[in-house]
Amino acid sequence: MGDVLQIDRIRCDGHGLCAELLPELISLDDWGYPILKPGTVPPSLVEHARRAVDACPVLALRLASLTGVTQKR
Amino acid sequence: MELIARSAGAERLMAHRQRLGPLPAIPSGALIAELDASGLLGRGGAGFPVGRKWRAVAERAAGGAVVLANGAEGEPLSFKDRSLMAARPHLVIDGALLAARAVGANDIIFYVGVEHAAAEAALRNALAERPGDARGRTRIVTAPAGYVSGEESAAVHYVNAGDARPTTTPPRPFERGVGGRPTLVQNVESLALAALIARRGHAWYQGLGDGRARGIGLLTVSGAVNHAGVHEIELGATLSDAAAAAGGLRGDVRGVLLGGYFGGWADLHEQWGLPLDAPSMRARGLALGCGVVHFLPSDSCGVEATARLLTYLASQSARQCGPCVFGLSAIAGATQRLAAQSSQPGDLDRIVRWSGQLTGRGACHHPDGAAVLLQSALQEFGEEFAAHQRRRCLTISEPARVAVA
Amino acid sequence: MSDTILWYATRGAGVVSLVLLTAVVVLGIVSAMRWQSASWPRFLTTGLHRNLALATLIFLGIHIVTAVVDPFTALGWQAAIIPFSSSYRRLWLGLGVVAIYLLLAIVATSLLRPFFGRSAWRAVHWLTYAMWPIAVIHGIGTGTDPRFAWMLGIEAGCIGSVVAAVAWRATAASHTTWRQLPAPSPQGQKWS
Repeated sequence: MGDVLQIDRIRCDGHGLCAELLPELISLDDWGYPILKPGTVPPSLVEHARRAVDACPVLALRLASLTGVTQKR
Repeated sequence: MELIARSAGAERLMAHRQRLGPLPAIPSGALIAELDASGLLGRGGAGFPVGRKWRAVAERAAGGAVVLANGAEGEPLSFKDRSLMAARPHLVIDGALLAARAVGANDIIFYVGVEHAAAEAALRNALAERPGDARGRTRIVTAPAGYVSGEESAAVHYVNAGDARPTTTPPRPFERGVGGRPTLVQNVESLALAALIARRGHAWYQGLGDGRARGIGLLTVSGAVNHAGVHEIELGATLSDAAAAAGGLRGDVRGVLLGGYFGGWADLHEQWGLPLDAPSMRARGLALGCGVVHFLPSDSCGVEATARLLTYLASQSARQCGPCVFGLSAIAGATQRLAAQSSQPGDLDRIVRWSGQLTGRGACHHPDGAAVLLQSALQEFGEEFAAHQRRRCLTISEPARVAVA
Repeated sequence: MSDTILWYATRGAGVVSLVLLTAVVVLGIVSAMRWQSASWPRFLTTGLHRNLALATLIFLGIHIVTAVVDPFTALGWQAAIIPFSSSYRRLWLGLGVVAIYLLLAIVATSLLRPFFGRSAWRAVHWLTYAMWPIAVIHGIGTGTDPRFAWMLGIEAGCIGSVVAAVAWRATAASHTTWRQLPAPSPQGQKWS
């Protein structure tokens, strides 16, 4: 069905690496916190999304499959 | 009146039993079916169907669920929950006991706001009057002061760890809550109504009122009315009925704040005949929320009132999520400058831009509520905001714009 | 294999490890300080920090294996596994073993981060501030090149960079005080 990005808003400290690595889907607000583009991750960007998940220093970003199985990396 | 009483003081057990009879022995499956059929919607603010919520917990419970009766009532304009608990504690307890039976819980927590002394005393005395029901499985937990401490994950977090701040979901309380067990977090008014439906059946409840949703409910009416306070209405009663119940409007009224949390400002003229039930209001882009109805007098400035509300909401952030802490603080600051007619260039544009960046960006819905409030203010008081950006206040310079018969 | 080659490999790999480890520590501080520029994005700092840490492990592996199998030092595996059990330069070598264990703990908890809570991970990661000095002291104490100018230069460079980075971090404000600050008092009270 597709993958979606999810952010743990409490863990997120606004480091911003996710927006650097996936600018197509993640932008930053005035204070450096991520704004997610709604919808699923296009297949062409899934690998980039995984890299963004991996890069987060506080593990606040995750890629979840809409069928319910979660992939963290 | 079912939920509140004209006389002061808490209803004692004997009077409660005389009036309503004993706790019905209705089995759990049947009770949940009655709640479904009644269409009872939750009264904490979200308006989620009560039967569906109980079923979700019951399905996961395996006998070890928890019921948390939420009487924290952190919304400053809402007084209904504490009034209900103070006046009819046994009805609330009945609802909690029935919920416990329905979802398979042996642990009932009454979560009462620290400032609601009469409510807590009434519940404590009422529990002491029925030791058979209460012994070993009920306790009163005092909710810390603060707006977010009544949020369902915050309530569970407080019981688990003494920290009344919301947590990241999933898992939601109905999946994993107090002690890791499926927990039903239900507003005390919802529990009281469930206790009435259990005795009288869904048909009775459906026969009350004439809104898109049926039944009765509590409103807290405040502001430019003669008798501000908690009033019981049949759902579908209009805004004008609510004003009449509160002794009529006092003077000219500029606008009305509906719902508190997840609510917003509305135009009095347009909404004078608005049926007060959740689906009707949602159809008009408004929300019943926790039943707050606050009339803003014409000599009050909508921008100032909004600035005060936003400043309060910003101060009540749990300070866990950047967008909420920084976003609300910036919005409150800019709105204060606008209200004080000392705006900086671009303040209004900034507020509009920021208001679109709040929804869904916190762990709980606190920033969402602020966004809804702000957007409704920009719509309802659009001219006033534009004037304030030019450092003028229409309320001071213009006579009352709304005259209500 | 010639003794000399093993001996050079041990010393060479040791020096490379020290330089890499120093870079890793400095990059870790740069990452915590959230520094970036137009041409150096933050993911570059984080990526290098992690990759160089793994590279360090490789060179440390070479360093340890060549030292243990070298018949000249006659260390044996026990000396590499149990700290302070060698007869050759017992203290300084032992410190190296301690540093390795600390480094392994830091790397393991980082690779397995989803399984540890944030505070547990953080507590172990901060052991870096013990691990790196211990590694440096091990190098100075066991090294047979310390009196060469180039070796002194390398050590001075490593120590200098870490001291500078730590000083930079120690004097900077925290990036997460907003989580603790009490809420600003509502200013709406002066007008109503």
